[in-house]
Amino acid sequence: MLQGFLDFISDPANWSGAEGIGNRILQHLGYTFLSLAIATLIALPIGLLIGHTRRGAFLAINTGNAARALPTLGLLTLVVLLIGIGQVPVIIALVVLGIPPIMASTYAGVSGVDRSTIDAARGMGMTGREILTKAEIPIALPLIISGLRSATLQIVSTATVAAYVALGGLGRYVIDGLSLRDFPQMLTGAVLVAVLAILLDLVFAAAARYAVSAGLTGRRRRNSDTGWSSSPTLRRLRRPGGHLAALEKGPR
Amino acid sequence: MTWIGDNTALIWEQLREHLYLALVPMLLGLLISIPLGYVATRFSWLANPLVALGGVLYSLPSIALFIVLPAILGTQVLSSVNIIVALTIYAVSLLIRNVIDGLRSVPEDVLQAAVSVGYGTLRRVVTIDLPIAVPVIFAGLRVVTVANISMVSVGAIIGIGGLGELFTTGFQQDFLTPIVVGVVLSLALALVADILLVGLQRVLTPWARVISPVKEA
Repeated sequence: MLQGFLDFISDPANWSGAEGIGNRILQHLGYTFLSLAIATLIALPIGLLIGHTRRGAFLAINTGNAARALPTLGLLTLVVLLIGIGQVPVIIALVVLGIPPIMASTYAGVSGVDRSTIDAARGMGMTGREILTKAEIPIALPLIISGLRSATLQIVSTATVAAYVALGGLGRYVIDGLSLRDFPQMLTGAVLVAVLAILLDLVFAAAARYAVSAGLTGRRRRNSDTGWSSSPTLRRLRRPGGHLAALEKGPR
Repeated sequence: MTWIGDNTALIWEQLREHLYLALVPMLLGLLISIPLGYVATRFSWLANPLVALGGVLYSLPSIALFIVLPAILGTQVLSSVNIIVALTIYAVSLLIRNVIDGLRSVPEDVLQAAVSVGYGTLRRVVTIDLPIAVPVIFAGLRVVTVANISMVSVGAIIGIGGLGELFTTGFQQDFLTPIVVGVVLSLALALVADILLVGLQRVLTPWARVISPVKEA
């Protein structure tokens, strides 16, 4: 069985062409990024708005919880039967699954910003928009990225299942292999999609590390060290129980 | 509507299977992650690698795990053991973090008080540490249960998926009713399970209610 898998994955014929592994990986990434981009365009502004105004938190929290209970295969088959077979309905289903984690964690990140930080920003003369872009978003970034990360994993995984409703991508090996009773082919699809998911997860973990303001993590930057990273004020904020201590634990 | 009337027996059977496939992994996950979490609090260098491993395992797509497991376990591809093992892996990956955090939330002076009045390790863990950790563990358990209930359906693609089989049936017959019934029942099951867990948590932590505004007589 394992030998069959190794034979399948090492056969150059299985890597080239429209139905080759290379193209399937690109397709899979294509669906994932397209859906993630649309979901982000919808969920991020709503999450920011709810977090910034602190109105409608009910919506953000409950859609997040309800989405976790929604069976993905049910959603996929439902959307395809309602709209028809094709890529568009599947992308719609993937977007629907991507929205709640992004919206919920953006809301959580922005609304979790310390009130005194916002008061300080307002006291410095920042407008509402400036408070959002210069204080709330940078501070909420670890959580926003962690929301994007969960959305991506959900979408990668569901895009595999979507091969059942006639989508391309790596799920094709799983579904076609199943109908042909070709276990090595199924295993190839499963292993590749697992590796893809882990790699994407690592990319987001790295992004969370490096996209977060150096002022928050205390990570040194060449040429721009103003001495702030070793200042007594920052040290006090970083003390256990200080405002920054919680943030420095990272996104999860 | 007539379809529902004609197929009540089938729907019941799939609901029962769905419940079984979702709840057994949840219980197994709890049984595995509690001792594992305890060991990780005793040997604290184990905690971070275990939580990190859990993160990686949780990122594996369920359909992939359902198919890779037979190659590792030597089970049949169409065996429900694969679904149960896969969902147990997800449950442990998520719960391990909550168990460790929960056990660590027990105040040091409480532990010392227990030891000084003569509690042995096992008795202390079961009667003191775990009850105090219940709120944190239950937060994870609720996520695991709801996620499991929705994930079982994916198994329908390989032929074992409880209510998920209503989705494949509906899709193959181009017929909406079974899919809607499946989605509604699956959501309802998740909701009921979540409410029951909240209730169970209240029963297990009677002291949490003392803080309510109504004073004891």
